[in-house]
Amino acid sequence: MAHQSALIAEDIESYLQSHAAKGLLRFITCGSVDDGKSTLIGRLLYDSKMIFDDQLSALAGDSKKFGTTGGELDLALLVDGLAAEREQGITIDVAYRFFSTDRRKFIVADTPGHEQYTRNMATGASMADLAIVIVDARKGILTQTRRHSMIVSMLGVKRVVLAVNKMDMVIYDEKVFRRIEKDYAEIAAAFGLKDVLAIPVSALRGDNVTALSENTPWYEGPSLLEHLETVEIHGQDSSLPFRMPVQWVNRPNADFRGFAGRIASGAVAPGTRVKILPSGKLSSVARIVTYDGDLEESTAGQSVTLTLADEVDVSRGDVIAAADAPCEIADQFETRIIWMSEKPMVASRQYLLQSGTARSICTPAKPKYRIDMQTLEHEVCKTLAMNEIGVCDIALDRKIAFEPYALNRTLGAFILIDRLTHETVAAGMITHALRRSQNVHLQDLSVDQAARAAIKGQKPCTIWMTGLSGAGKSTIANVVEKKLNAMAKHTVLLDGDNLRHGLNKDLGFTEQDRAENIRRVAEVAKLMMEAGLIALVSFISPFRAEREMARELIGEGRFIEVFVDTPLQEAEARDVKGLYKKARAGEIPNFTGISSPYEAPENPELRLETVGQSPEELAEEILEFLMNRDFLSR
Amino acid sequence: MALTPLESESIEVIREVASQCDNPVMLYSVGKDSAVMLHLAMKAFYPAKPPFPLLHVDTTWKFRDMIDLRDRKVASLGLQLLTYTHEEGLAQNITPFTHGSAVYTDVMKTAALKAALDKYGFDAALGGARRDEEKSRAKERIFSFRDAHHRWDPKNQRPELWNLYNTRKNKGESIRAFPLSNWTELDIWQYIYKENIEIVPLYFAKERPVVERSGTLIMVDDERLPLHRGEKPQLRKVRFRTLGCYPLTGAVESDADTLPKIIQEMLLTTTSERQGRLIDHDGAASMEKKKQEGYF
Repeated sequence: MAHQSALIAEDIESYLQSHAAKGLLRFITCGSVDDGKSTLIGRLLYDSKMIFDDQLSALAGDSKKFGTTGGELDLALLVDGLAAEREQGITIDVAYRFFSTDRRKFIVADTPGHEQYTRNMATGASMADLAIVIVDARKGILTQTRRHSMIVSMLGVKRVVLAVNKMDMVIYDEKVFRRIEKDYAEIAAAFGLKDVLAIPVSALRGDNVTALSENTPWYEGPSLLEHLETVEIHGQDSSLPFRMPVQWVNRPNADFRGFAGRIASGAVAPGTRVKILPSGKLSSVARIVTYDGDLEESTAGQSVTLTLADEVDVSRGDVIAAADAPCEIADQFETRIIWMSEKPMVASRQYLLQSGTARSICTPAKPKYRIDMQTLEHEVCKTLAMNEIGVCDIALDRKIAFEPYALNRTLGAFILIDRLTHETVAAGMITHALRRSQNVHLQDLSVDQAARAAIKGQKPCTIWMTGLSGAGKSTIANVVEKKLNAMAKHTVLLDGDNLRHGLNKDLGFTEQDRAENIRRVAEVAKLMMEAGLIALVSFISPFRAEREMARELIGEGRFIEVFVDTPLQEAEARDVKGLYKKARAGEIPNFTGISSPYEAPENPELRLETVGQSPEELAEEILEFLMNRDFLSR
Repeated sequence: MALTPLESESIEVIREVASQCDNPVMLYSVGKDSAVMLHLAMKAFYPAKPPFPLLHVDTTWKFRDMIDLRDRKVASLGLQLLTYTHEEGLAQNITPFTHGSAVYTDVMKTAALKAALDKYGFDAALGGARRDEEKSRAKERIFSFRDAHHRWDPKNQRPELWNLYNTRKNKGESIRAFPLSNWTELDIWQYIYKENIEIVPLYFAKERPVVERSGTLIMVDDERLPLHRGEKPQLRKVRFRTLGCYPLTGAVESDADTLPKIIQEMLLTTTSERQGRLIDHDGAASMEKKKQEGYF
């Protein structure tokens, strides 16, 4: 680390002051496999003297063992950290690197070019101020280049450096460089990337990386490093209105109530009038409390604790915003989604949504389209698979404070989480709220469910019977309904086959359609309960996620999941409708138990083992359960 | 004084752990990074105290100065400290001398940490690791998942975008959260200097009794260090760039007895920080292997 070594040696205190004042630039590098990303970063680290002696000797050893440079120092090995990829010679995950020069500190996210790891590139881009898009001079613009530029643009990275690498392999030919520069200009225009600088480099040889090269006398721009050191950091615009998502309510004692968070935009000072969202309550800031004393003002990016002048209800997930320019609240949005899970998106399935510090339950609609990365055309689609990018409307179970992503990364970004596996399955960006969400208000009903149920002398609930085709669900449901009817209870039976003849006749048997099928029947069951009825639902409902969605919608405590447990061999042996035979013959696609999975309930309210028991006995078990839970009196 | 971006980011991470996890703990190793992390935790919740205890895995071979600072610090801040020692390893008399650094580290540090986390049922542990320390760390998330056996799967990491941290986990799984992920060694020293954070005196050069073994200076911190035949501790002016178990931590000869001098020395030196730690040299990709097995 020889930079500024004179100052370090002679006057360490002034050096420390100058270092403390250095700006921080976060950037990403992206390109296809073998374009030389890792080599380029290795070169930046090496040439800016960030490599220590012991690392260098380890590198020399590694270069002989794993290197692709014929025994010469393989700088890529400095960066490729994981053992597996060292062996394969490719970068498979996001790696963060740190270096500094006299002028700036840098954090580099090295992001992979391998097709299946696009999600990692989006990860790197989400925090970056600048992107270096690397192109192999011999190959020019590839599909991956377009894909990466698209992601860079979508994630709001404003500045791009087009590094045309391996110039040594094309004998530093200006024509090659200019052609690629021109080709890329079209892509940049298509994606709205306005700030692009093309630089001819050779990461391997070091041309134009930290200093201008004699091999490219025709190139008059700055070297890569000089550009990185001087490019304007797109700082937070202090003229933007104040917003802070509340992370933590700080209550050490009865006298202090502070709201801790990191300011997402704008500035705040004691006396600033604020609005709490989504509640809409008004107050003003009393103090900005920090460990180092109260602040007179605080700006975007800082982690602070605010106290308010009034006792208003504020909790984690709320946003404290400038009262004169509050952000909007809504529960339906048009969004762009990057799907990141191996399991494709299922429209109508519920996912957890995390945005700012708020959590909600999100139901995506069928995507409006996905973007073909070759042609950039919009394609009709039913779902989004891993690494696909699409535009999709979503609906939340509650209103949240938000801003369009283009205006505010913090309040416009979200992730989707699978409710069962807890995996992060997608990253999304809010384009805008849907009008219908702002204008349609729930009607306030004066005769409510309790009133309707009361005149029937019963407690509404949903008895949800799930199991394989031919397990005996409908048979048992029929017996239960007969018995309830005899007890003067008002019921309705929703049967899978019957609903598919009417309400759901537009749906097939794909995973998406099955999810929508269940969503509809759950909504119908909920309406029936509103009417004061006991709803019996007899549906295969093979997926845990959809049953959980139904449970959520109908409400814990009133949703009684009954697992009609008949082993597959038994159901297949019975084969009342002759369906298993057809399925085995391959005539029915997506048949549960044969060509589509059945996910048995883990904790059903009731499990009925049908083998060796009559429908009559099994129905009695259900009635017994209802009595024990006070849905029926004895 | 206004907070720096790194400081604000770390505070945000520490608060997220406290907000989203049921039973978090902060690992406190008493080293310089731990000192910074603890300082940030004090800032994050001020005027309240951090809503989690500190955990120190005590191998019984830590430098005496470390234990001294630990106890003073915790008492002065009024925090709860849990210490854990692997009793079984102790009973089997597993020491760096009898079993070699690999077995010793595995039992007294890795296994001990797992056992401690299991004992208290912690679902999240804050640690002071930095991405610039070592190659495999560079790829780890700020919120990093461990399965029920505390194993890290580098190929199955959740994507981590913006500052949105998904802390949902299955039963038995736990989280390691690294609020200092984006700090460099220089940032740490600079911050200690600027904030006047107390660190273990061993970081400062002073005459100390050492023996030289295969090129590494080992401090004779107490009488348990078995001396080889003819070996005699010599007084040399040394300091430590990193602190751990004294028999496994190499000292460097130095005159740096103030923070600016330490920083100066660090910037002018040509050997990276972890070289003083003997465990990194146990085999290629050894840190990665240890982490997959549950080492912090």
